[in-house]
Amino acid sequence: MQVPAPFEYERATSVDHAISLLERLGGTARLIAGGHSLLPMMKLRLANFDYLIDINDLHAELGYIETGPDEVRIGAMTRHRELLESAVLAAAFPIFADAERVIADPVVRNRGTLGGSLCQADPSEDLSAVCTTLDARCVIRGPGGAERVVSMEEFHVGPYETAVADGEILVEIRLPVRPGCGSAYAKVERRAGDWAVVSAGSAVWLDGGAIVDARVGLAAVGPNTTGIPEISAALRGQEPSESLFEQAGAIAARSCDPVTDQRGSADYKRHLAAELTRRTLRRAVERARS
Amino acid sequence: MQVTMTVNDVEVTREIEGRLLLVHFLRDVLGLTGTHWGCDTSNCGTCVVWLDGEPVKSCTVLAAMAGGHQVRTVEGLAKGAELDPIQQGFMQCHGLQCGFCTPGMMMTARALLDRNPDPSETEIREAISGQICRCTGYATIVRSVRWAAVAEAQAAAQVAETTESTEAGEIADAGQTAGAVA
Repeated sequence: MQVPAPFEYERATSVDHAISLLERLGGTARLIAGGHSLLPMMKLRLANFDYLIDINDLHAELGYIETGPDEVRIGAMTRHRELLESAVLAAAFPIFADAERVIADPVVRNRGTLGGSLCQADPSEDLSAVCTTLDARCVIRGPGGAERVVSMEEFHVGPYETAVADGEILVEIRLPVRPGCGSAYAKVERRAGDWAVVSAGSAVWLDGGAIVDARVGLAAVGPNTTGIPEISAALRGQEPSESLFEQAGAIAARSCDPVTDQRGSADYKRHLAAELTRRTLRRAVERARS
Repeated sequence: MQVTMTVNDVEVTREIEGRLLLVHFLRDVLGLTGTHWGCDTSNCGTCVVWLDGEPVKSCTVLAAMAGGHQVRTVEGLAKGAELDPIQQGFMQCHGLQCGFCTPGMMMTARALLDRNPDPSETEIREAISGQICRCTGYATIVRSVRWAAVAEAQAAAQVAETTESTEAGEIADAGQTAGAVA
C-alpha cells in the first residue's frame, strides 16, 4: 500500500483564504485540486510537503467558461469533463474537445482541473500544449488581490516548474478570440489514457482563403510544451495546401528536442511531430473553412 | 484531524490522519471492503466510488477531501434486498469472472445509465476505459450494462403503460360521472 508521507491537511474556502494560507505556510505547502498528478507523486515520495491546501471548494468561484467578443476566460478549477462537454468552448476552440477526449479516462476527468494540469507543468501534458497553441494568458493572483498576467512561455519555467510563486495561485486562463479560427489536436499514446508519446495542437486563422496566422504547440518533445514561431512565420500569408503542411511538419520535426526513452526513440518522436503537425493543420484549416 | 462524511446515506465521523486515502478509509476504517484497491496509481479503476454522485478513483482522493460530501460505494447500490438492474445485469450476462474489478465497473456503469439511459456499445466502452479487467471479460461487462439499460427501459415503459391505462380509466370514469350528472 502506497501512502504519502505525513502532512497537515487544510481546506481553503475562497481564493483569498487559499492565498492567506499560502502566505502563512510558504514553500512547505502545496495546493491540491484534482490531485491525480500530485498524490501519485507524493505516494512515490517524488514530492513531499508539510501542508496540503485543498482548493476543491473553490470550484464555485473558479469553475467557469465565459465567452466574450475578444477572449474566452476559463476558471482554473474548471474540470476536464466540463471542458469536454462545453458547447461554447467546442464552438470557439474545438482543439479543447479533441485533447480532452484523450486525456486520462472519464473517471479521472471528473476530478482533474485545467489549473492543476497547467501547474503540474509536465512536458507531456496535453492542456499545456493546447494553451500554448492558442497563445493563452495565465492570470496569477497574489496577496492583497494583486494580479499579474503571463504568457504560456513565461508560465512554464521548466519541467514541473511554473511562474506561480509561493503565496500565489493561478486563477484564470484567457484565450484570445480572432475571426476565421480553426483548431485541432492529435496525440499518439501507447494505450488509452496514457501520457503522449508525442502530441500536437494547431490553430489557424484564415481571411479570404489565406492564412493570416498559424500556431503549432507540441507536447512530450522537450523540457516544456513547445510553441514553434518558425512555423507561424512560414505559414503567414500563404494559401493552405498539402505541401505547405508538409513544410510545417518538417520544421516541427527539426525544431523539437525529444529524447529516446521507453515510449520511443528520438527519431520516431520527430517523425510523429511532423506527421501530427500536418494532420492537425489540415483539420484546423477544414474547421476554419466550415 | 476529524472528518465527517455521508457514506451510503449514513453520516460517519472519524479521527483520521490527513494523508489517509479515501479507499483505505472505506475499507480499513469503515470495513466496507466491497470497494477494491488495485494499482494504487489511479490506472486500474477497481477503487471507483461516487463522490457527490460522480465516479472517482478513491485511491487518489484523500479521505479528508470527502469531508462534508456524499460517498456511495458498491454496498449502497442495491435498494435493501432488491438488486440494482446493473447488479442483475452482471449476474444475467456473466459480467464477472474473478470479480475484482466488478464493484468499480458497476459504480461507473450505474453513473453512466443515470446520465445516458440508452448507451451504445462504444459509449459503454468509453465509460469504462479507465478500468482494467484482467480476466479480459470486457465483452460480457459491456453486455451486462446493455442488459441493465434494456431492463430499465422496459420497466419504465411498463410503468408508463400502467399509468396511461389508469389515466384512461379515470377519464372514462369522469365521463360517465359527467354523463350521469347531465
